[in-house]
Amino acid sequence: MTAAIAVRGLTKRFSGRAVVDGVDLTVGEGRIMGFLGPNGSGKTTTIRMLCGLLTVDAGEGTCLGLDIRREAAAIKRQAGYMTQRFSLYEDMTVAENLDFVARVHGIPGRRARVDEAVARLGLGDRRGQLAGSLSGGWKQRLALAAAILHRPRLLLLDEPTAGVDPKARREFWDRIHGFAAEGMTVLVSTHYMDEAERCHAIAYIAYGRLLTHGTVAEVVAATGLAAAVVTGGGEPRLIARLKALPGVETATAMGADAHVAGGDAAALAAALDGLARETGAAWRPEAPNLEDAFIHLMAQSRDNFAAGEA
Amino acid sequence: MLSLARLAAMIFKEFVQIRRDRPTFGMIVGIPLLQLLLFGFAINSDPKHLPTGVLDADHGPVGRAVVAAMRASGYFEVVADFVSEAEVEDALATGKTQFVVTVPADFSRRVLRGERPQLLVEADATDPAAAANALSALEKLADGAAARALAGPSASLRRAAAPFDLVVHRRYNPEGETAFNIVPGLMGVVLTMTMVIMTCLAVTRERERGTMESLLALPLRPVEVMLGKIVPYILIGYVQVLFILVAAKFLFAVPMQGSLILLSAATIVFITANLAVGFTFSTIAANQLQAVQMGFFFFLPSIMLSGFMFPFRGMPVWAQTVGECLPLTHFLRIVRGILLKGSGGAEILADLLAIAAFLAVAGAVALRRYRVTLD
Repeated sequence: MTAAIAVRGLTKRFSGRAVVDGVDLTVGEGRIMGFLGPNGSGKTTTIRMLCGLLTVDAGEGTCLGLDIRREAAAIKRQAGYMTQRFSLYEDMTVAENLDFVARVHGIPGRRARVDEAVARLGLGDRRGQLAGSLSGGWKQRLALAAAILHRPRLLLLDEPTAGVDPKARREFWDRIHGFAAEGMTVLVSTHYMDEAERCHAIAYIAYGRLLTHGTVAEVVAATGLAAAVVTGGGEPRLIARLKALPGVETATAMGADAHVAGGDAAALAAALDGLARETGAAWRPEAPNLEDAFIHLMAQSRDNFAAGEA
Repeated sequence: MLSLARLAAMIFKEFVQIRRDRPTFGMIVGIPLLQLLLFGFAINSDPKHLPTGVLDADHGPVGRAVVAAMRASGYFEVVADFVSEAEVEDALATGKTQFVVTVPADFSRRVLRGERPQLLVEADATDPAAAANALSALEKLADGAAARALAGPSASLRRAAAPFDLVVHRRYNPEGETAFNIVPGLMGVVLTMTMVIMTCLAVTRERERGTMESLLALPLRPVEVMLGKIVPYILIGYVQVLFILVAAKFLFAVPMQGSLILLSAATIVFITANLAVGFTFSTIAANQLQAVQMGFFFFLPSIMLSGFMFPFRGMPVWAQTVGECLPLTHFLRIVRGILLKGSGGAEILADLLAIAAFLAVAGAVALRRYRVTLD
């Protein structure tokens, strides 16, 4: 399998501070790669470097076999980019926006292709509506339509589903899988765990550094976390007490119950047994999930980052 | 009820924001400073040392005395000696000289014979204000000068009111209509004001609304973006030009001596130059407010130092130098030249080249500064 994205040591500095720091990333053709990480971790900056919107300070690599430093213009012709914030023209209609993008790309049979994109994304009823008057979900559809209009081989999506309702999100992901099935490579950044789980592979970035990548199962397994569900027994301050226990890294309320995770399975079990004796709460082991893994990674990288700064 | 605490919160917030917006803060200081400088030092509504040419076919004492007296008045500075009528026409048409004094052959002898010959002074009166003071000074000094020249044996002639007739031709605008000067000039002023600000806003708006990111992700070349932003406004500029020309003709009866096609051709260079300035500003301005302020910062010297509001030759050298660098200065000469003087390609060439040079520099700066990335 050839790689649609293959970069090594990708680095970007803003006024001396490395926002993206030596990121290595490989995405196979036709794959959906989820790009995760806390706010400000460098996801957007990485995506912008991949599609030539930001110059690369250090590192090298290719997108679609084209050098990201020297062939940015050629990459732009074959990549579709959907920005985090809606960035099409709000004072132009849906059709006018798409027509503009189609003309810039020099798409042959422009009208037919715009019609096709409109139909594919169900924008038909809103063709003549000003983009600025669309609601969030429709803006997202329009932005996606514009990004795929020229049938790019690579689709870069920067938090495409932020602020979009669950039904629209599901439809969106069905479309993304449809594109991938046609051979399009997709790199999509997200904060949603359920979305991450729909990707073929994920990469996790924090403080500008790529911490882990692989399938969801691989990433979770690599953290070596143990998790459990604690059934409360009416204890009102359950979460606070759980968080105070040694061996518990995270404790999250799930209704009346709590989900806990820690790096050491034995220490976690011992702590929960102690709590059970004291309060009458029950617990049973549970598989750790992606969220546990991310919070664990985030805490770790924060410690590393602080150590590096000191 | 007005709450002082809430009011204070609001006032404090405004100050924090004003302080953050450095360029706006700069303008708050910069605009009054610029105005003081321009109005205080550059503006002079009584221009002196105006370039004057002399065609002396007489070479006699009286003619020389008159010219010497003109020099002494401080209003006239002899910069050229002509030998032919063609040279005179050319000097006035290109604006090389503001005045030409023609002393006819046998002038001194005929004065001595008491024949009251004519002394011709031609003035470039396209801007009536610029020539007015010099011409009124001329009437007074001519008598005295002749009187001094006629000392000694010819003193008897001094009794006559004036030994010669001073004939003043106010060329290009004999009635001294201010509108003839202002209305064509307004074309340049309106274009400077609207073109610079429009392009400046057009690009800054993309950045402020966030659409720049989508635009940059598209495979567009910088020159395509730049020309794409400029061309629509060239057409809009032409609509403005047409509007002013129609008003000039039918409302103000401004004469249109020269070729309107030539004027259109010169106008496109001028419009494009202003658009390039606007584009350059847009690569510096962070938001639309700053863009407008920068446009104003360019507009202010343009209107004051170009010779639109105040006579160009009345300004000190530094102000004239600045004025020479502004496209409006040259466009005013072109538009007044074509409409009032009937100038052709040869006469406006120097000014057109100056605007073209400005366009080349502004365009190069704009293209250099325009980033295809978001860095």
